[in-house]
Parts: sequence; C-alpha cells; structure tokens
Amino acid sequence: MKLPHTLVLGAILFGLFLAAALVSFLWTPFDVETLDIAAKLRPPGALHWFGTDHFGRDIFSMIMVGARTSIAVAVVAVGIGVALGVPLGLAAAARHGGVLDEVIMRGNDLVFAFPSLVIAILITAVFGPSALNAIIAIGIFNVPVFARIARSGALSLWTLDYVLAAQVAGKGKIRISFEHILPNIANLLIVQGTIQFSLGILAEAALSYVGLGAQPPTPSWGRMLADSQTMISFAPHLALFPGFAIVLTVLGLNLMGDGLRDILDPRIRRRVRSRPERSPE
Amino acid sequence: MSLLSVQNLSVGIHGTPILRDVSFEVRPGMVFGVVGESGSGKSMTALALMGLLPDGAETSGQATLQGQTLLGLPERQICAIRGAEIGMIFQEPMTALNPVRTIGDQVAETLIVHGKANRSEALKIARQRLNRVGLPAERFPLDRYPHELSGGQRQRVMIALAIALRPQLLIADEPTTALDVTTQAQILTLLKSLVQEDGMALILITHDLAVVSDIADHIAVMEKGRIVEKGPLETVFRNRENPTTRKLFAASNHAPQRVVRAHTEPILEVRDAIRIYNPSRRRLFSKTQGLRAVNNVTFSLKRGENLGLVGESGCGKSTLTRAILGLEPLQGGEIRAFGTPVGPRMPKSQRAKIQVVFQDPYGSFNPRWKVVRLVAEPFHLLENAHLNRRERVAEALESVGLCADDMDKFIHEFSGGQRQRIAIARALILRPKLIVLDEAVSALDVSIRAQILDLLADLSKRFQLSYLFISHDLGVVRSITDRVLVMKAGEIVEEGPTEQLFSNPTHPYTRQLIAATPRLPDDLKPPHADSKGTA
Repeated sequence: MKLPHTLVLGAILFGLFLAAALVSFLWTPFDVETLDIAAKLRPPGALHWFGTDHFGRDIFSMIMVGARTSIAVAVVAVGIGVALGVPLGLAAAARHGGVLDEVIMRGNDLVFAFPSLVIAILITAVFGPSALNAIIAIGIFNVPVFARIARSGALSLWTLDYVLAAQVAGKGKIRISFEHILPNIANLLIVQGTIQFSLGILAEAALSYVGLGAQPPTPSWGRMLADSQTMISFAPHLALFPGFAIVLTVLGLNLMGDGLRDILDPRIRRRVRSRPERSPE
Repeated sequence: MSLLSVQNLSVGIHGTPILRDVSFEVRPGMVFGVVGESGSGKSMTALALMGLLPDGAETSGQATLQGQTLLGLPERQICAIRGAEIGMIFQEPMTALNPVRTIGDQVAETLIVHGKANRSEALKIARQRLNRVGLPAERFPLDRYPHELSGGQRQRVMIALAIALRPQLLIADEPTTALDVTTQAQILTLLKSLVQEDGMALILITHDLAVVSDIADHIAVMEKGRIVEKGPLETVFRNRENPTTRKLFAASNHAPQRVVRAHTEPILEVRDAIRIYNPSRRRLFSKTQGLRAVNNVTFSLKRGENLGLVGESGCGKSTLTRAILGLEPLQGGEIRAFGTPVGPRMPKSQRAKIQVVFQDPYGSFNPRWKVVRLVAEPFHLLENAHLNRRERVAEALESVGLCADDMDKFIHEFSGGQRQRIAIARALILRPKLIVLDEAVSALDVSIRAQILDLLADLSKRFQLSYLFISHDLGVVRSITDRVLVMKAGEIVEEGPTEQLFSNPTHPYTRQLIAATPRLPDDLKPPHADSKGTA
C-alpha cells in the first residue's frame, strides 16, 4: 500500500524531534546545566550550531533536552485523556440514553465549558508551577475529547448486527465494548491522539512561557521563548530556534494525523479500494 | 423512431471490462426493463449513459439520444443533458435528498441550474411537479424538509426532481427496492402513469422479475456485463432462450423441498407481550411518551414448525425479535422458550437454545476477527468452550456448504451469500432447536437466495430445527413457512396456515399486502414451474 505523503513527511518531522529527545539522554553537544557567561549570546556557528543564550548555554543542546520535556508532558497528558476518556465514552455509548450516559456527557460539557488554558493556569497557580501539574492540567482537558470521540464511534457500532450477535451469544456490555467496539474505533482514537499530542506540546509551551510549566534549570521550549523576548532585537536566534522546534513538531504531528486518517478511516479507504457492492435490498 | 439508441457500448475500468457490446433501443412512451443480479452491469449501463462513470473508465461504442451523441462529451455538455434530457431516480430515497434544504428548493434548483427559469418561476414549476407525483400543496407545502417525509414520499420528491425539466428519458435504478410492498406498488403506478400520460420513456433497472413483469414493455436480461437476452416482455418471458434468463426465473419462483413435521408441542410461547419503547429524551427533564411497539402479541411456535412473521417496516417485527432473543425486557406479558421464561437476565444455558441470523451479510461480522473466532462466538454461552473449538467450527462450516479451511480467513474475503452461510454456521454451532431468521435472505440476489433457502430447508430436516422466519417479502415467506402471522402497528392482525392465508386472506391489511406484492403473471409461467407451497 502506498503511504500518503503527509504521513511520511509528518513522521519524518516528528521522528527527528523524538530522536533528539532520546539521544539527549545519552549525549548532548554541551551540558545544559553548566553556565559559561564568557560565551554568552554567541550567534550560530561551527562550535555552537544554534548559538548560545545569555548564560552561555548551548541552544542546540537545550532544544534536544527541551524536546524531552515537551514530548513527555504531551505523552502523559494524552495518556490521561485516553485512559480516562475512552472508558467513559464506551460506558456512555453502552448505556446510550440512560442516566449514566447523561451524567458522563454533561460532565464532559462542564469540562469543555472552561477555557482549557485558563484553567491550566489556575491549577498550576494553586498547586505550584511544575511540569507534573502542567501534565495533569493538560491531561484533564483531554478526557472529554476522547470521551466524545469514543462515544460517537461506539454509538454507530452499537447499531450493527455483529454487536447484536454478540449479545445473543450472551456477552455483556463491558465485554462487547472491549472485544468488538474498542478495536473498531482504534483508528479514530489514534488519529485524535496525534492531534491532541500536538495540542499538548503547544499547551506545555504556553504554560512554560508564562512560567507555570517545567521549572529551571530543566530546559523547556516555551520558557526559552519567554527568556528570549527582551533580547530579541540583538539575539534573534534565541527566539527563532525554539520557535521553529515548536512549529515543526506541531506541524509534523498534524500532518501525521491527517495521513493516518487517510489510511485508517475505513470510509475513505473503502472509496479508494473499491466501491462497496450494492445489495438489492 | 427511437429515442435512445445504444450500440456496442463497452466500458472498462482500469482495463477490467465491465460492460461488453451492450446494444438496445428505447422508444418514447416505452418502459424498458433491465434485469440481472448484482454485478451484472445494470447500474453501470445507466451511469455510462449519464456520463457518471468513475475515474479510470474507458468507453467505446455509440449511444445517441435523439441523434445527439452521449458518450465522450465534455463535462459541460453532458451536464446540460443530465437532468434536462435524462432524469435519474436512485435506490435509496433516504440519502438521495439533501437534509438541510426544503423539497421545493431542491426541485426548483434543477430548473435554476439549467437556466430554464428564475427563482419564482422555478418554485411555481416545482409546485406543479410535486402535485404531479402525488404530493398535493395542502399536505406537502414547498417548505417541507426531507426528514418530515416517509420513504415513499421522499421517493416521490426524487421523481419530481427527475421530471422537473420534463426529460424525455427517465432512468430508475432499483427505485422501489428500499420501500415496503404497498409503497412500492404506489411508486410503480406513478412511474407507469408518467410514461403513459406524459409520454416519457423509462429505463427501469431492477433485480426483481415480478416488478418488471408488472410494468415493462421490453426487457433486457444482463449477465457479466452483457445483454444475454432482450425483446418484448412477453416473448422473453415465454421463450426464455438464454440459460441466464431461465436461471433467474427458476430462482425467482424457487420453493425449497420441505417435509412438514407436524408436532403439537410448543417450544416458543409468546403471551400478551407488550413492549413499550421510550424514545430518547429531547430535553433533560422532559417526560417521554412511550410507544407501544409490540402490543398484546400472542402466538406459539411448535417443534419442527416454520413460522413466518410478515409486516412492513415499523410494524414492530424487529422489536419483537429482540424480545424473543431476550435482549430487551417486556413491559407486559411473557415469553417462554422450551418452557422456561426468556428475558435479558435469563441464564446462559437458556440463551444457547435460541440463535439468530440477521439481514445484513456485511454488518453481521466484526471485520477484525477471523471466521473461526466469529463462528465460535456463541461458545461464550458454554462452560467448556475451549474444548475442540476448531473441530466444531469446521463441522459447522461444512454443514453450511463451506470448507473447514475457510476458518482462518477474514470476513472480507467472502461474498454476500457466503457470509450469510457463515452467519448460519454461527447460529448452528450450539445446536439450538430454534433459529430466528430476521430478514435473513432479503439482502441477497435471487439465485443466492434460492440456494440459502434450500440450505435452510435441508438444515431444518437434518438438525430438527424450527425457524421463526421474519420478513417483509411475502413470496419468500410463502415458500418456506408452514404458518404465517401478519403484523401491523404492533399487533398480530391475522394468523393461519400459509397456503390458506395467502389464498384466502380475511383481514383487509393482509389482502392489501398480498395485492400489492408484484407477482409473475401465472400465464407467463412455463408449465413445469414448481407450484408454490409445501409438499
């Protein structure tokens, strides 16, 4: 099967940053916690590829380690969303029209009603700024997203005959949800997962930018941007490189999401492969 | 002088031939029936004439409408012909209309797009066309939305749309297949009157010989992209020169050989069953009004009996089925199978005694599972499910005419008829004594339908099965059941032995149903045609 270009390009972009994050555990060109004031604000060159900041730290190394923070925050935040949201959505669909459905979905509406970043700021302001609190704040807002996706996907499957056949075979709603429903909505969840992942990276950058994310000395793309703003007129590379890192990662993930949708969405896939057979009834 | 003339039309898609040397002529005021099974090229012929073939299609041959060639025209020109000269009606009235626009708007749009009228004139003409198709202004103002109409009414709107510009040729692709029999009869009458009174020509594409016999003057029988036989309806029906035609007829009239095993012991008893259905609430705290989908239904099914349950869509058949399968609770009365009550909380051993086959061979299986796991799913009801699972699946597959090796394939590797066999294997695997067949053959082609009916008759003999055969298709019910229940609006209105009920219906609704069912005229049946009914 031919992979869509968007998927390939997106995977390459994201893969680059993932690789940088992984390599940073073993090796970075310079230590990111060592200050070298003598070498401050160097422009990009052969020694410091992306230049240095006002403390003389190597920006390339900081971006590598910063990728670690961003990806870790996004992974855990999406994980929280999937782990809580999907079972809630499946439960709501299994009890469609019942009290449980109503409670879960109205609870979702409640969470959706708050502007997510403002609440994330509130949470981190109350519990203290840290990467962990940022993760929790971002994660909470992923829960209703996945609950809705899971519920709408599951609802259309619950009307299918094979689900009815499973009920005739005596299987309970929980079992059917995991055996029949979940594997068949996995594609929806994967696509949404990549989108939420990119939003998670953006949210982490935004929280760090206002000082409520990962705390110094842990490098973070958002805080690198924030630190650079007073020096942007004479050291633009301080803002450019973390900015590019954020833009390219998010772009890569969104492209990947689009590409995955193209190959995983059964409606589109069927249209490409062959027209469905028309049944006379 | 012919209106439409098609000569040696061939179509290939990416090199695969789809149509080969299709030739026919249609004169004004003529109904031209095209019959054949799915995949025979009926719809492709229509799409080729309309210039709606999918990408990658190459056509050759000639097609002219009043001397104007239709094939190979640039998109702009074919667009001008489409709608104005040729109107088309599709199978699925539920999805063929735009749900967010009013019916008047949609009919008027055709006129505006073709530059034949400005908006106010177009709406006036739309009104006339809707009147023409039997949707009078008092009850169906132009600002109705599609969701406010029934399936039959929507199909009327589709017809109004197709005749908006008074095309000379109307192409109807399975226009009544998705409709109930009584609605089907009305739509066919409407189409007939359009041809007779307005002088249009109609190409009617259908898989149903009985529908064609009712309305067509000329027919063409298609198979594998070719027209294998064509001519005036009577000639083709009488002579049946081609084996394909004969096969279609035999399958349409098919009645499986069955032995009636009369027992008196009831295995399924439904007594005063009431199922009230609560529609999902519109508002959070509003009270809902219950709908009695099943209202005081009482009947019993005896061991070895084939019981038919007929009725139109929305009569409560499916709700009753779910109750009998113990999937939904009753609000009144009771259902007992083999002497034990049936309900959502019944024990697994009780559930194992009734199995089911559903209508849709495509929606009946989890696409991510292999056949062995699909067929073995009812083993969930047994204690020692893991014991010789594969052997028993193999046995079940072989008993429905498939081979044991099929168990390691995925479901998409099978055709519709094979899938329905797998569905039967799944129902058989626990050796139940009662199988509920919920429209089990309705989605199949006539020849496949005949094979499945034979298989069902054979299995019933071998395993002493009883069937509850639920269908809207009276012909099929007549051929395979011993006794029939007729259901309307949640109630059983008539009940009786099949032959007696069909030949001598007493309830007006039963009479209406039987009258509306298109039948092959008796005088066109060849003498050797097997008489319907049971041996």
